[in-house]
Order: sequence, then C-alpha cells, then structure tokens
Amino acid sequence: MTTTDLGMPGAGTLGVPRLSEDAATQTKKDFASDQEVRWCAGCGDYSVLAAVQGFLPELGLKRENIVFVSGIGCSSRFPFYLNTYGMHSIHGRAPAIATGLATAREDLSVWVVTGDGDALSIGGNHLIHAMRRNINLKILLFNNRIYGLTKGQYSPTSEFGKVTKSSPFGSVDRPFNPASLALGAEATFVARTMDTDRKHLTSVLRAAAEHRGTALVEIYQNCPIFNDGAYELIKDRDEAEARIVHLIDGEPVRIGADKFVARGDSGELKVVAAEGADMSRVVIHDAGADDPSMAFQLSRLEDPTFAHMPMGIFRNVSRPTYDDLVRAQIDDTVTKAGGPATDTDLATLLHGKDTWNVG
Amino acid sequence: MSSKRVQSLDSVIIRFAGDSGDGMQLTGDRFTSETAALGNDLSTLPNYPAEIRAPAGTLLGVSSFQLHFADHNVLTPGDAPDVLVAMNPAALKANLGDVPRGGTIIVNTDEFTKRNLAKVDYDVSPVEDGSLDGYHVHPLALTSLTVDALAAFPLSRKDKERSKNMFALGLLSWLYTRPTAGTEQFLKGKFGSKPEILEANLAALHAGFNYGETTEDFAVTYEIAPAEMRAGTYRNITGNTAVAYGLVAAAHLNGLPLVLGAYPITPATDILHVLSKLKRFGVTTMQVEDEIAAVGAAIGASYGGALGVTPTSGPGVALKSEAIGLAVMMELPLVIVDVQRGGPSTGLPTKTEQSDLLQAMFGRNGESPVAVIAPQSPGDCFDAAIEAVRIATTYRTPVFLLSDGYLANGSEPWCIPDVANLPHSATNFATELNDVDANGDRVFHPFLRDPETLARPWAIPGTAGLEHRIGGIEKADVSGDLSYDPDNHDKMTRLRQAKVDGIAKSIPDLLVDDPSGEADVLVLGWGSTYGPIAEATRLVRNSGATVARAHLRHLNPFPPNLGEVLRRYQQVIVPEMNLGQLALMLRAKYLVDVQSYTQVRGLPFTSVELAEVLTEAKANLSGVTR
Repeated sequence: MTTTDLGMPGAGTLGVPRLSEDAATQTKKDFASDQEVRWCAGCGDYSVLAAVQGFLPELGLKRENIVFVSGIGCSSRFPFYLNTYGMHSIHGRAPAIATGLATAREDLSVWVVTGDGDALSIGGNHLIHAMRRNINLKILLFNNRIYGLTKGQYSPTSEFGKVTKSSPFGSVDRPFNPASLALGAEATFVARTMDTDRKHLTSVLRAAAEHRGTALVEIYQNCPIFNDGAYELIKDRDEAEARIVHLIDGEPVRIGADKFVARGDSGELKVVAAEGADMSRVVIHDAGADDPSMAFQLSRLEDPTFAHMPMGIFRNVSRPTYDDLVRAQIDDTVTKAGGPATDTDLATLLHGKDTWNVG
Repeated sequence: MSSKRVQSLDSVIIRFAGDSGDGMQLTGDRFTSETAALGNDLSTLPNYPAEIRAPAGTLLGVSSFQLHFADHNVLTPGDAPDVLVAMNPAALKANLGDVPRGGTIIVNTDEFTKRNLAKVDYDVSPVEDGSLDGYHVHPLALTSLTVDALAAFPLSRKDKERSKNMFALGLLSWLYTRPTAGTEQFLKGKFGSKPEILEANLAALHAGFNYGETTEDFAVTYEIAPAEMRAGTYRNITGNTAVAYGLVAAAHLNGLPLVLGAYPITPATDILHVLSKLKRFGVTTMQVEDEIAAVGAAIGASYGGALGVTPTSGPGVALKSEAIGLAVMMELPLVIVDVQRGGPSTGLPTKTEQSDLLQAMFGRNGESPVAVIAPQSPGDCFDAAIEAVRIATTYRTPVFLLSDGYLANGSEPWCIPDVANLPHSATNFATELNDVDANGDRVFHPFLRDPETLARPWAIPGTAGLEHRIGGIEKADVSGDLSYDPDNHDKMTRLRQAKVDGIAKSIPDLLVDDPSGEADVLVLGWGSTYGPIAEATRLVRNSGATVARAHLRHLNPFPPNLGEVLRRYQQVIVPEMNLGQLALMLRAKYLVDVQSYTQVRGLPFTSVELAEVLTEAKANLSGVTR
C-alpha cells in the first residue's frame, strides 16, 4: 500500500506513525500545553480549542508527529495551547510554510490555523494555491468576520456596509464567501461548521483528517468583543432549524423539516416547500462529485441576512496530492538509481560530461 | 594541414554579437567549450537584453557573448575585444565603441541591407564608407555562404539561414585552431531527433572551418598555448550551476535533504532549473506562487529538519524580508541565494550590480542580524555555497549568499574538487531533554544555547518528548515561552546579535596579497569584482609599482583581523558596483577613511580602469609626507 492509494479511511494520516497497540490511550489532557490560554472571555476560540483537543486522541497518532502552524491574529495563538509541535508564523504565510513542511515530511500530520483576515486577505494567495495544489494540510479557518487582534476593523468576510472603526461610514467592500472561493480554487475538501456545535465540528474535523489532500474547514466563530452576535441567528436552535441548509452526503438537501433545495427551470437552486415538492428536482447532496459546480451552487445559498446558510461538507473528492507526487518523483528516481546518492554519485555530478586534465 | 602562417598569441578576447535570435549565446558557449578543452584558461561574459525577442535588427535586441582566453591565468572576461563578430549592423553599432583601433571585425554583409542599416540610423554602410579603416575588417557574406553550403539540403531558406551561427563558429574555430569535435558531439545530442537539422548544422560548421582554410581573406591562423593551471581535472562552470552543485554537495555532506523553495526571477532562475533535475540526490524543488511562499516553503522545510534554501534576486529579497526575519527570530537554518541585478525596483534585470549588500544586512524590521557571504568567481560559488550551509546549520541562522548576474552567467574553468576532501559533517538534531525545571523535572528548553556557538537546539517534529512551540513573538531566554518582558527582549536581542557576531571565530583571517610587503595602498573588494581587481593589481605591479590586494568572502561578520588590516595601509580603495555600500560598513565599524570607487553601469569594472584608479591613488599619496 502506498500513500497515493486514496479514499480509504485514515488516508489523510497514512505515513504518520501511530501509537503502538500497548501505548496508553491519549486523552484531551495530553494535548493541552502548559501555557495559559489568553483569549477574551467568551471567545469562540475556546470552544474550537476544546473540540480539537478532544478530537486529536481519536486519530491515534504519535503526538510528536502532529504539527500546528498558524499565521497572525487571535486564532493564530492556537498552537501555543496544544502540546504538539507548533509554529506561530507571520501574517498570512502559514499555508506556505506548512506546504514546505508537509512536502519535506511525509510522517507528519500538518494542520494550519488561520482566521478570515489571515487566510483571505493578507494570505489569500497562499490559501488558493495550497488548495489548488492539494497539499495534505488541514486548514482550520476561524471566521469571525472582523479583525480582532487589531481591535475591530472590517475583514474580507465582513458584510457590505459594516460600520467599524475603520469604516465609520459603512464598509464598501464586498465580502468573500470562503466556501465559494475554496470551491473555485478546486479544493478537494471544503466544509463549514460552527464553534459552538461541538458534535458537528468534531464530525467535520474527523472527515477532514481522513481526507488526503487540502481540507478547508471554515468555522463560524464568535468574537464577543468586536463582532458579538455575528452568528446569533443560527446559534438559536429554532432559528437555526429554519435557516441551516444541511449538507449530508447522499441525502436530499433540506432546511428544517419542511423545506428542500431544488433545481429551478434554468438550473438555479431554490428553496421549495417539502410538501408536494417535485422530488426529481430536489438536490441529493453528492460531496464526492468530481465536478465542483453543484457544490459551488450550494455554497451560493449563503445569504448575508442568514435567510439560509449551508453547513456541512460541500466537497470531498480524492485526487493525488502535491506532496505525494513530489516525493514519488524523487523516490522513483532514487530507487531506479539503486538507492541514495553516494560520494561517487556526487563526484559524477560534479564532473559532468565535458572535462579535461591538467598536469 | 593548414598551408597558412601560424602565429602564437598569449591571449585573445572575442566578442560574438548579433540579434537575440541569432544564437550568439550558443555560439559563445561552444567556442568556450572548445577553448577549455585545449587547456587555455578563460573567462566569459554573456550580455543579453531583458526582452526575449526585441524587434529584429534594433540596438535593443543585440545579444553578445565575450570570451577571454589565454596561455596564463585569466581573471576577467577582458576589457576590450580583440575580435568582434557582428552578425548585423545593430551588433556592429552597439559594440564598435568597445573595440580598440587595430582590432579585428568580422561582419555579416548579407545583413547590411538598406533596411537594416536604416534601423540603426546608418545612412551608408560603415563597411563601405571608410569609417572602419582603423580596423582589420573582414566583410563576409555569412548568410549566403551558409545557404550555399547547404544547397543540397531539403530545408527552407529560412532554416538554412539559421545555421549561420555554426558557420561563424566554424570559421572562428579555424582561425584560433580550436577542435570542433566537442561541438559536433553537442549538436548530435541537441538535434539527435531531427537528423536533417543536425546534418545542416554540421555541414555549416565544417563549411565555416573550411572557408577559413581556403579563402584568401585570412592569411594567418592563431594558436594560444595551454595555460599553466593547478593540476587536476577541470570543467567549465557557470556561477549559477556552481551554486546549485555546492548546495547539493553541502546537503549530501551534512546528511540533510535539500529543499528549494523558488519563484522564477532573472538572473537566479537557472539555480532552480539545475536543481529540479537532481532528484537523484533527493533534492526537492518547489516552484511556488510567489517569492514569499518560496521562502516560506524553505522555512517550513528547515523546521522539519531539511536544508531549506531559496534562490532569488533583489526584488525577491524585498518580498521575503518579513519571512527572513521570522527565521532570524525562530533561529532556524536558511540559505537565501541573492543573485544581484541592477536595481532598484525592476532595474536592469539582466545586468549585474552589487547593490543588495545593505538590503541583505539591514533590510528587515527590528534588530535582525544575519550572516552574509559572497563568492568571488563562478567556480568559487561552489565553495561559497558550502560555507553558507556550514554557517546556517551550525549557527541556526539565515545566511545570505550574495552572487550577482556577472558570476551567475559567467563561466570559467573549474578544478573539480575531490569529494573525499570536502568537509563531511553530520548535523546534530536535538533528541534528548536538555534542562531541569524549577521542580527538578527534566524538560526540553528550545532556547537553551550551545555555550560555544550560542546556537539553539534544532529539535524537529517527530522527536518524542521535545514537543515545543516557536514563532515570531519574542521568546523567553532558555524556555522559549512567549515573553513581553523588557529585560528579556533586551537580552534576546543582544544574544541573537552575539550569536551572529560569534561566527567570526569560525572564519579565517583575511589574507592580504602584498608580495613586496612595501605597499601603502590596499585595494579591498568583495564578490564578483575579484577578477577585475586582481587583474588591475597585476597591471599596476607590472608597471613596477606596489599595491596590496585583499578580497572579502565574509561580509557579516567580517574576518577578525579586518580592522587591523585596514589600519596597516595609508590608503584603502574599495571598488564596488554600487554607490559604496561596503565602504559605508567599513567606515562605520572601523572608523577608517576608506576611499570608495564605484560604478553602476550593469557591467563589471574593466581592469584598465581600476589600474588607473590605483595608480592615481599612489600618485596622490606620493605627495603626502609620511
């Protein structure tokens, strides 16, 4: 079996050393570092940290083979609080640094922690190229729709017209839809989840970890100081029921108990009443579809007023990863040459084909 | 056997010039290879426009290749060509000013049409109006001679014309008694899959050679005896290839995988090209989305225990600055190869300059010391790359390797080192807990330094028990925890500086070349000015004067004895292809009144010009009472 065999459970961490059978089971506590957590009281980051620390033992990986790389921003303090290897890098560059690390080291499970400003503004270029290449990285994008660490300026996901310290007349920037952006870059795994829905968040982390390739996980996260209540409508159980578009692979795409998402006459998507719906037009979610078009259409159901909001896994397809392909080219060459290069091979290289002797 | 007179020369400088599409770089490369095989010492200077194909026949589109070869040690590609091969009027006009009176000019008269002459504002052909009477001019119909020689080939006229560079090469090979066998082999490799093109090129090459033999236009053929060179096996090598090989060798000798994060940029791109072929040596090359991603990938790889390298030029360094600062802060090995070019901004992408020294030294926020070293010749790029890796891995620090466009594309014979004699050293990764905490428990402290080098442990992911976090925020001394403590930041800033300053303990004293021991003027250079400065020194000494010469490889830190050397001489001249960046550093650090001599023409200094500067300095001094 090679790491390019795709699609089997656990493919995402294939090649990463696992705990031996007789090793003590890891617990959430094993993944907590000795550093005092310094986010504001009530920050959504606490919930995500708890969910990640609670989930990591499930992977059964040696802790020393897990690395979290972050950029700059509130969420990017994340690695300090995990007792794994970690790097708190510079603004927007975590995907680039993680790309080098993941390519150089097949035996690591590499996670990127980033925010809406870090990933989509200053680091937008690295994000789209990481997804395009399909490097085996898990990218957790904490989206609070605001710049928190710099104390409250509009971000690339802030809604149009948002009044902030740097936009007292209302922002005139149109926001990115991170899921649409990721699908446009043909990311092989794109999901959206919520800081406070521990169960859903964990299920998405699980699927992301199993995916071999770049997994973009957008996590709606509340900033209680500078953008409190950004997701209030979909955190209320009853409101959420009426608004969340559930993306469950193989099932009809529904909102609550009484609405479906269906194809209209021109192929557009619309929300229809469940009762009397033309089931031939109701969208059956296929996260594994090779063509990302329907996933993209579903991502467009996101509405700034939260009339409906898709949550779940938009896309989850198998494609060879960049890092596997890079390593395979090297491994094949080295194998064909009979093993690692020796001093003699180096001497041959230095000589080239055109030499002459003096003396 | 040739029936013509054979004359011996000790040195010749030839410049091939033509349109960018005329194949002048290839012609020059082949002539160089033939010359190297004969055992002459040599040095080359390609000079080509930034445009891939500027409008044909215009001055903007002229591409040239200069080769200096001799029966003695050659230090520069030569100041002025003895022979100019001009494939069109633009090539003649662009290069004529460099050819001294009495020089030889071979022109392709087929291209001296009314239209081509008009493109470069010649009313009348200079070949015919007497304006070249001061030169030995050989007007040859190179294009039609080539087409005639290929009459029997089933090729279009245009394809036949393309072989005119091979005709010219054949002619010059005859003129300077160079063997063409190597070129024939080369053509067979290049056009093996296109037999008709191969045959045409071979026929053109032979026709050019035979034309020299039979025509009455050339009465003399020249030979240049092999140079006296250090015994060994030689090859010709460019600076970019030597950098690439040096990196591969260093990674191999240190037992580290080499990971190159790169974005294409002139004149550094060939390093990526060369290394991308060397998968056999476990080399990973990643051509990523931008310069920042390139250095980011290299830093990520270094964090993972590989040798992370990023090759670039000045504009790329500007983009990488913040990430280099991160590597300074995290104290990880990183090699930045900056193949300098004319700046600022896009500047002169294909021309050489040494104007990134201060950018390498200081082009980051905060107190951000890095090591800086520079190679002095194309072949020396190999050793300099190995030294850069030694410093980076030993001291866990970013190192700048400052090459330049002149070294990168220039070539020289290189005495191939014996791999057994290269420094093999295994890299020491941290594997054990290294300290005891307040409770008496054994712990790992990622910023507990080696007392000798002040380097911190390189503990890579996958090492059980050493899990830790690093990053760009200031860290507490020893423990590496986040720290905003004022005294701690002051201490860490000084420690990082002391670590880089301490590299000086591991580098040799600066050697001064002062054979008489009586010189009162020292000429001090760095980087690619080595050749012109050494040649200028030779010229001055040949005239009976004394002058001392020294050349810096280590720009930060400087060799330990530099201050003493500077104070030993009444006058220190520092020639640089910038506006005095090293001079600024020397004056600041040593309070010595060095004299800066600078030029930023995108071309190397000529040795004659530098010799005049040195002679003048001596003349001025002689008026000074000691």
